[in-house]
Amino acid sequence: MYDVELNHITKTYENGAVQAVKDVSFGVKKGELFGLIGPDGAGKTSIFRMLTTLLIPDSGTASVNGFDVVEDFREIRKRVGYMPGKFSLYQDLTVEENLEFFATVFNTSIEENYDLIKDIYVQIEPFKKRRAGKLSGGMKQKLALSCALIHRPTVLFLDEPTTGVDAVSRKEFWEMLRRLKEQGITILVSTPYMDEAALCERIALIQNGSILSINTPQEIINSYPKPLYAIKAHKMSALLHALRDSNLVDSAFSFGEWHHITLQDSVTAEQLKVSLQAEFPTVQMEAIEPGIEDCFIQQSLAQHEVEL
Amino acid sequence: MKTLSFLLQKEFKQIFRNPTLLRLIIAVPIIQLMILPLAADYEIKNINLAVVDVDKSRYSEELIQKITASGYFVNIGTTTSFDEAFSWIEEDKADLILEIPENFERNLIRENKERLFMAINAINGVKANMGGAYLGQIIQSYNAEVRMEWIPDTKVPPMPTISISSLNWFNPSLNYDFFMVPGILVFLVTMVGTYMTALNIVKEKEVGTIEQINVTPIKKLHFTLAKLIPFLVIGIFVFTLGLFIVARLVYGIVPAGNIGMIYAYLFLYLISVLGVGLLLSNYSQTQQQAMSLAFFFVMIFLLMGGLFTSIDAMPLWAKWIAYLNPVSYFIDFMRLVVMKGSTFADVKHHFMVICGFAVFFNTWAVISYKKTS
Repeated sequence: MYDVELNHITKTYENGAVQAVKDVSFGVKKGELFGLIGPDGAGKTSIFRMLTTLLIPDSGTASVNGFDVVEDFREIRKRVGYMPGKFSLYQDLTVEENLEFFATVFNTSIEENYDLIKDIYVQIEPFKKRRAGKLSGGMKQKLALSCALIHRPTVLFLDEPTTGVDAVSRKEFWEMLRRLKEQGITILVSTPYMDEAALCERIALIQNGSILSINTPQEIINSYPKPLYAIKAHKMSALLHALRDSNLVDSAFSFGEWHHITLQDSVTAEQLKVSLQAEFPTVQMEAIEPGIEDCFIQQSLAQHEVEL
Repeated sequence: MKTLSFLLQKEFKQIFRNPTLLRLIIAVPIIQLMILPLAADYEIKNINLAVVDVDKSRYSEELIQKITASGYFVNIGTTTSFDEAFSWIEEDKADLILEIPENFERNLIRENKERLFMAINAINGVKANMGGAYLGQIIQSYNAEVRMEWIPDTKVPPMPTISISSLNWFNPSLNYDFFMVPGILVFLVTMVGTYMTALNIVKEKEVGTIEQINVTPIKKLHFTLAKLIPFLVIGIFVFTLGLFIVARLVYGIVPAGNIGMIYAYLFLYLISVLGVGLLLSNYSQTQQQAMSLAFFFVMIFLLMGGLFTSIDAMPLWAKWIAYLNPVSYFIDFMRLVVMKGSTFADVKHHFMVICGFAVFFNTWAVISYKKTS
């Protein structure tokens, strides 16, 4: 039984001119840490807003905890925690007052659920008399998470929680999510960062409002259709052009220090290396394990071809 | 009830933490009540008068003296040439020219009549009208004096004349402040009810906190009430500060009517302007939009509300705008009750209309709120 379930959800804006979410279906199991991975504008926030009853879908059905998002929105609002992408707590109230406010709103108290937020809250407790607007980005995020958790929600929705947060805080944040998961809370998290996908139990890759695939990160990586190579030389930009022009190469993308490429069927790595040797004498090439980002690019290209 | 009281606590906390808002709430009523009545004083004084005295007789001297002694006119110069006096008008030194022709005294005595010439700069219509009228009155009374001097014989029956004596009711000293201050109090309460309310609600939208609130079990009714009640309280506070501190201590205005009835009306009025504020917030997404919208409506409400100008003097179409304007009813109510001491029976109509406005604006606000969320 799924804790969060979407069936053929569609959402358009501006009277149908903009299709934000196209026929999306997926389910999140109880106690699962599920990631919605996709670039900005993929429709992640629209999906979150529909699941948290802030937006009504055009068609399709969705349920949270078994309650329909349209019919039983009141029940859902009692049970879920939502942390929007934009910091939306009261900047002119203190840390403590914000937390107290959200506890009271849900008819509970900080003491009652302190055990759940303890790990997170102790880090900001020294600043509890400070106004929320005066906190640093990482502390704001911790406060927002504490406020979203204070009523012990069964499902936690985190919309791009790590956007605009430094690398150390991001790592800490995922650590916190793992601990929350152990408490049996279902967590649905969205992120544009592909490297965070591996930290989820299952992920859905989303692009232009459509789901590309849903699986565990490892399965998604395993399903990468071809051997993947990383290649580099002195003149990286010229190399990329040469690779794209070469009829031995199937795809070539720049990944920072390396280019990631796949080869045409029945072409070997050695053949390509030989063909490049003249122009790029320093060329290095090695077979690598694909990452989520490789999979994402490959799948969105494949879908693009289907659509064409 | 518990949720509402908690939400109210939060609202008041936020308001008291906003030093700018707090200063506005206290300083604005005091400053506006001190300044605005001065600007809106229509009594015309210090009219610059140029005299062209060609006669230079005892009578002409007396007449000029009488005019300047009235206090309304400042004699900026006496000349014998009309052209020179006219050049003063052109230079904006003079507002009015009085020409006393040659042989003024002689003709007046010998032929029993003489004409004076008055030229008025009518760019400012009100000033021109009033100036002309004042001057006419003074000349007439001087004329009567001259007549008395020449018809001392009581055996001859005096010419029949109608003399008018007037008694000023409700504002015996014709003090303009008494008229303006109650109106300005209405203006202040309107500002609080519309601007402040609309901005406060839209702020939650702009900052995004409304998202977080909407995901909680808080009911919209509670949320809205918690937004409106603080401004109801602030509105009553501002009004009280204005009425009992500034109006009483500075202007010496003591309401002639029932204070309880004034507050009952204030309460109903605030309910309707809070409805307007809520309505404006429904139609705006940012504080800037809300501010512009509120400015537009409050401007019309106030200028068409009879604060500065009389509604009776407006053209018919403008009168209709004034009739559809809650501000005009409260201003009228205030003047009636504060100055005239009207009782409930006199202002029953005002009460009925304001109840209508309260229902109308709030119903509209509730309907539009559902549509936009």
